[in-house]
Amino acid sequence: MSIVDYIDPPNGELRLVVPVKPIPTITRIRRVLLSPNSIRCLSVLVFFIVWEFAGRRANPLFMAPPSKIWIASIDLWHTGLLQRAIGQSLAPFLMGLFLTIVIGIGIGIAIAQSRSLEYILDPFINALCAIPRIALVPLIILWAGLEFWGKVAIMTSTAVFPVIINTYSGIRDVRGSMLEIGRAYCATELQIFFKITLPAALPFIMAGVRLSVGLCITGIVVAEFFTAISGLGGMIVEYSNVFATAKLFVPITIIAFVGVAFTEGVQWLERRLSRWRILERERG
Amino acid sequence: MKLSVMDPAATSLGSIEMKSATPGSSGDDCMVRFDGVSKFFETRERGGLGHPVRTVALDRVDAVIGAGEFISLLGPSGCGKTTLLRMAAGLMQPDEGSIKIQNKVVVAPRRDACLVFQNFGLLPWRSALGNVEFPLELDGIGEALRRDRARELLDLVGLQRFTDHYPHELSGGMQQRVAIARALIRKPVLILMDEPFGALDAQTREQLQEDFLRIWARTGTTVLFVTHSIDEALLLSDRIFIFSTNPGRVKAIMTSPLAGLRLDSDMRVDRRFGDCRAELRRLLAGTQT
Ligand SMILES: Nc1ncnc2c1ncn2[C@@H]1O[C@H](COP(=O)(O)OP(=O)(O)OP(=O)(O)O)[C@@H](O)[C@H]1O
Ligand SMILES: [Mg+2]
Repeated sequence: MSIVDYIDPPNGELRLVVPVKPIPTITRIRRVLLSPNSIRCLSVLVFFIVWEFAGRRANPLFMAPPSKIWIASIDLWHTGLLQRAIGQSLAPFLMGLFLTIVIGIGIGIAIAQSRSLEYILDPFINALCAIPRIALVPLIILWAGLEFWGKVAIMTSTAVFPVIINTYSGIRDVRGSMLEIGRAYCATELQIFFKITLPAALPFIMAGVRLSVGLCITGIVVAEFFTAISGLGGMIVEYSNVFATAKLFVPITIIAFVGVAFTEGVQWLERRLSRWRILERERG
Repeated sequence: MKLSVMDPAATSLGSIEMKSATPGSSGDDCMVRFDGVSKFFETRERGGLGHPVRTVALDRVDAVIGAGEFISLLGPSGCGKTTLLRMAAGLMQPDEGSIKIQNKVVVAPRRDACLVFQNFGLLPWRSALGNVEFPLELDGIGEALRRDRARELLDLVGLQRFTDHYPHELSGGMQQRVAIARALIRKPVLILMDEPFGALDAQTREQLQEDFLRIWARTGTTVLFVTHSIDEALLLSDRIFIFSTNPGRVKAIMTSPLAGLRLDSDMRVDRRFGDCRAELRRLLAGTQT
C-alpha cells in the first residue's frame, strides 16, 4: 500500500503559455468610451456646452460664452497684443521655473548635506516660508524692478520653498541601510551621493517640482497684477477695469491651459522617474 | 580540548573543541584572524555608584579562519553575530582587539571582502543587471566589460532570463541570487553573509544552499556565514562557531565530520547527521541566559 494517494497523470502536453482570448469589438469600444481620458474629455466638453448656454443668457458685463471668448482672442491675435503679452509672460515664466528648480534643489542638497549650513540657514528659510510671500512683492519690485527680473524674482521667491523642503527631506529620508550598500562596496562619498542618495531622493524632489509649477504660475500672475503693464496678468487687470469681459477671459483661459500642460508634463516625468517606488509600494 | 572532556558526548564525536583551543592554522593559508575582538554599546543602564557603563556585545573573540574554509557562525539572537560580521566587513570598528584579513588589519571596507545583506540590499531603481554590475561601475570599469561580467554572474546564479527585471519584479529567492552575484563580481577572497537565506521559505532556501555550495566550490573563496539554523550550518560548513550570548563569546567550535559529503550527497540520511545536530542543539541550549 502506498502512502501517496494521488499522482498527476500525464494527460497530454503541459501548457506553459496560453493564447490570449480575443476581446469582442463591443467590449473594446465600451472600454475606450469609458476610459479615464475619454471621461475627462467628455466632462470638459459638457462643461463648455453648459457654459455656452448659460453665458449667452447672462449679462455680458459679468459673463461671456466660449464662442465670444474665441472671437475676442482672434481679434486680439490680429492686433498682435496677444502674442506680445504671451511673450512677456512666457519668457520670465520659463526663466523663473528654471531658477526655482535649480536654486531649490541646490539649497536643498546643501542643507541636507551639511548640518552647520542647515543651522545657519534654517531660521531664514522658516521665516520666509511663514511670511505670505505676497507681502514681500512691493519690496521685491523696489529692488528688482517691474520688468523681466522683477517677475522672475517674485516667482522664484514664491515657488522655491517646496523644492527646497522636498529635496532636503528626500535626501534626509534615505535610509542608512541604503547608504551602507555603497559603503560596503567601497564607494567614494561622491559616488554614494550620485548613485544612491540622489536616485533614492528623486521621487521626493519631483513631487516638490510639481508643487512649485503651480506656485510659479501664481507667482507670475501676481507679479503682473502689481506691475499691471505687461503680460497676461497685465491684460487681466486692464480688461477687468473696463469691463471687457470676453477679452478678460482670453488670458485666463490661456493661463489655465498652460498651467494644465505644465503640471501634466511634470506629473508624467515624475511617474516615469519614480516608477520603481510606486511598484515597490504596490508590492508592499 | 581539555574543557570538552567534561562532557562525554562531546568527545564521542571527537571533533568539538572549546574555544580556548583555537585551531592553529597560521601562516599563509590564514584568511581571517580575530584577535581578542570586543565590541561595546552605549546603554542607559548604570553600574555601581551610578557610573555610566557600556554593554558588552562581544567579549574577546579569538578565531582563525583558513583560506577557502566555509565557516558558519551559529548562535542565539542577540549574541553579536551581525556585529562581528559588520566589523569584519569594515563597516564598524572593534573597541578592543583587531581583525586581520590576509594579515592586514581591517580599518575600512575592502574590495576583496564582500558582504551579502540579510535583507538583500538591492537598489530598487536598478535592474538585476544594474545591481550586479554596480561594484564594477564604482571601480570605473568600462560599460561593455562590466555588462559582460554581470551577465556571466547572473548566468552562474541561474538568472539569465531575468537580467532586465527590477528587484520588485523578482521573488525573494531571486533577489538574494542577484545579491550573491553582485558579491561575487569582484572575485572576492572572502564573502561575508548575514543570514542570507533567513527570509526565504524552506524549499527556496534549500535550493539556494545547494546552488551556493556549488558556486563556493567553483570559486574557492572563503565564506563567513551567519545563521540561526543548525541544519543550515551543518549542510554548508567546514567548521561551525557556536556563540553564547550576554556577553557574546565563541563558546565552541565544531569541525563538521560531514563536510566531505555536502557537495554530492544528501548528508541528512547519514547517521552522524543526527548526532551532530543533537550535539549542536545541546551546545546551543547552554548559551541562553
Ligand atoms: N547600534 C547598536 N546600538 C546598541 N546596541 C547594539 C547595536 N547593535 C547591536 N547592539 C546590541 O548588540 C548585541 C548583538 O547584536 P547583533 O545584531 O550583533 O546580534 P545577532 O547575533 O546578529 O542577533 P540576530 O541573530 O537576532 O540577528 C545585541 O544585544 C544588541 O542589542
Ligand atoms: Mg543579526
